[in-house]
Amino acid sequence: MKKRTKILASLILAAAFLTVLILIDNSPLKSSMLSTCLQKGAIYALVAVSMNLLNGFTGLFSLGQAGFMLIGAYTYGILTIPVAARASVYQYFEGGIVQFAIPVIPAIIIAGVLAACFAALIGLPVLKLKSDYLAIATLGFAEILRALIQWQQIAPLTNGSNMLRAFPTYNSILFPFIISAICIAMIVLLIRSSYGRAFKAIREDEIAAEAMGVNLFKHKMMSFVISSFFAGVGGALLAMFQASVQAKGFTSAMTYEILLIVVIGGIGSITGSIIASFLFVCCMEWWLRFLDQVQYLGGVKLPLMRTGFRMVVFSVIIMIIVLFWRKGIMGNKEFSWDAIGKFFRDPFGLVSRKNKKGEGITNE
Amino acid sequence: MNDAVLSIENITVQFGGVVAVNNLSMKVRKGEIVSLIGPNGAGKTTAFNAITGVYQATNGRVVFNGDVILESHPTGKMKKLYAGENADLYHKIKKNTPDKIAKMGMGRTFQNIRLFKELSVLDNVLIAMHMRLRGNLFTDTFMINYKEEQKMREDALALLKIVDLYDQQNEIASSLPYGKQRHLEIARALATNPSLLLLDEPAAGMNPQETEELTALIRKIRDDFDLTVLLIEHHMNLVMDISDWIYVIDFGKLIASGNPEEIQNNQRVIDAYLGVAEDE
Repeated sequence: MKKRTKILASLILAAAFLTVLILIDNSPLKSSMLSTCLQKGAIYALVAVSMNLLNGFTGLFSLGQAGFMLIGAYTYGILTIPVAARASVYQYFEGGIVQFAIPVIPAIIIAGVLAACFAALIGLPVLKLKSDYLAIATLGFAEILRALIQWQQIAPLTNGSNMLRAFPTYNSILFPFIISAICIAMIVLLIRSSYGRAFKAIREDEIAAEAMGVNLFKHKMMSFVISSFFAGVGGALLAMFQASVQAKGFTSAMTYEILLIVVIGGIGSITGSIIASFLFVCCMEWWLRFLDQVQYLGGVKLPLMRTGFRMVVFSVIIMIIVLFWRKGIMGNKEFSWDAIGKFFRDPFGLVSRKNKKGEGITNE
Repeated sequence: MNDAVLSIENITVQFGGVVAVNNLSMKVRKGEIVSLIGPNGAGKTTAFNAITGVYQATNGRVVFNGDVILESHPTGKMKKLYAGENADLYHKIKKNTPDKIAKMGMGRTFQNIRLFKELSVLDNVLIAMHMRLRGNLFTDTFMINYKEEQKMREDALALLKIVDLYDQQNEIASSLPYGKQRHLEIARALATNPSLLLLDEPAAGMNPQETEELTALIRKIRDDFDLTVLLIEHHMNLVMDISDWIYVIDFGKLIASGNPEEIQNNQRVIDAYLGVAEDE
């Protein structure tokens, strides 16, 4: 396929997607399950890609994502609640100590920056650790953050274990898509840059990377801080999506959900993470919902169908994916028109496999 | 001798009670190809790792291009355990991480090939050029310094041409045949723009013809890049053919040094090493 054809195809795809979104935005579908899943999918896609930058591209197995999302969400909430509404939100703390509100976009950026600052602080001690130890340390810090935010002593700032609400949210469902798209585009540019190559070098072989002049600590820290920045932005978007924030929602289970998206999509694949996040959110919130209700087939009540059965089926699906599709949907490859074209000419590699057999080569 | 690029003074590397390198002193002069040989387990690679900062030497000093890059003396627990010599010669501790030493101009390859396996051949070389990048994270991400990136690519492709990998630039490094992977490691080490190149068994696993090609390649890059080369090798043909000077170690201790003829006729070396090699 020629380069111009590819660019054209990409533009058409993007335009078609945008048109669908605008149509949904202006129709009764806006408050439907489809729209909800799309919005949450876009937000989760951003967080999953940011986690993939760390876990998939830099090879740092970190489980702190929910903690940084929490910081982003709270920063956004605290900074943007209108002054008039503060008295009712902070009803137990005389309106709280923050008595100003800033516009939405700066608040989202500050949410990311603050998450990044926390990451830099946490990174100083923990980035010297390797693999599992790093995962446990970051998981611990995320839990500490969650407990800290609910601490009574700083409640005039964070509203303790009460909910933050009444902050501005978005009107058009395009908003999370645009912010996510911009952020993901930045991550893609980063991965393609020389720094991105250095990150991948660290993933492949730390000793060799260091011998080639890559400063391990500096680059690990960069990756960690950048990943946390985008997790913070994702947290702010999630706050807007939910219209309220409570610290107890950002559990380690949320990190696992995102980790699951990264693994299912393919560790080291941006497009994989994006596709998997929409699939995950749709399955979780929508497509498998019917399993939670009592169903009748031809007048016979189906066994097993009751609240909670959805999660059983969901877990089984995940196990099947991990067993038979070990590298995830995309492996470490990215979406490309060449691959699509090849798929239509030669689905599932049947032709090329046959040719290979003809030549006596048995590769797989 | 002022023209020494690298001078290793009384280096001892001790792990607990095991002395891997014992009081080793070597000098590598500018433009020379110097070999470090010795039987298996003699401590050659450990010496390499101590020079490049992977291991912390227990005692001794390394001077590179006139700068002390490493200085150490036994401290703490090692004070009692230390079994080497010259423990009282050095009083300072100076450490450098491998990336800093690479920046100073010491490029290296590894005994057990350590390429970035899942990345393309070209990327492998480009990563080694990352440290010379003048732009920062921001300019690099948003391609403001794209000319620098272009220049890096051109340089990398030129290096790939030298090691005859230009046509395979987009292949995944681990898919290359073994000999080619060794060549890629050399290209990657050259990309760090070194003044001293440390090659750790570059001919391991190569057949005689490949070894001959490698000999020519090492000579060529030494001349073209104005390099000094320090080599660990087991292929005696290659070592005797290429070296200006040879150091022989056994059980971590230097047992002989000299030019190839002297080494070939040195009784201690023959006893320790070459006598076995001749049976092959």
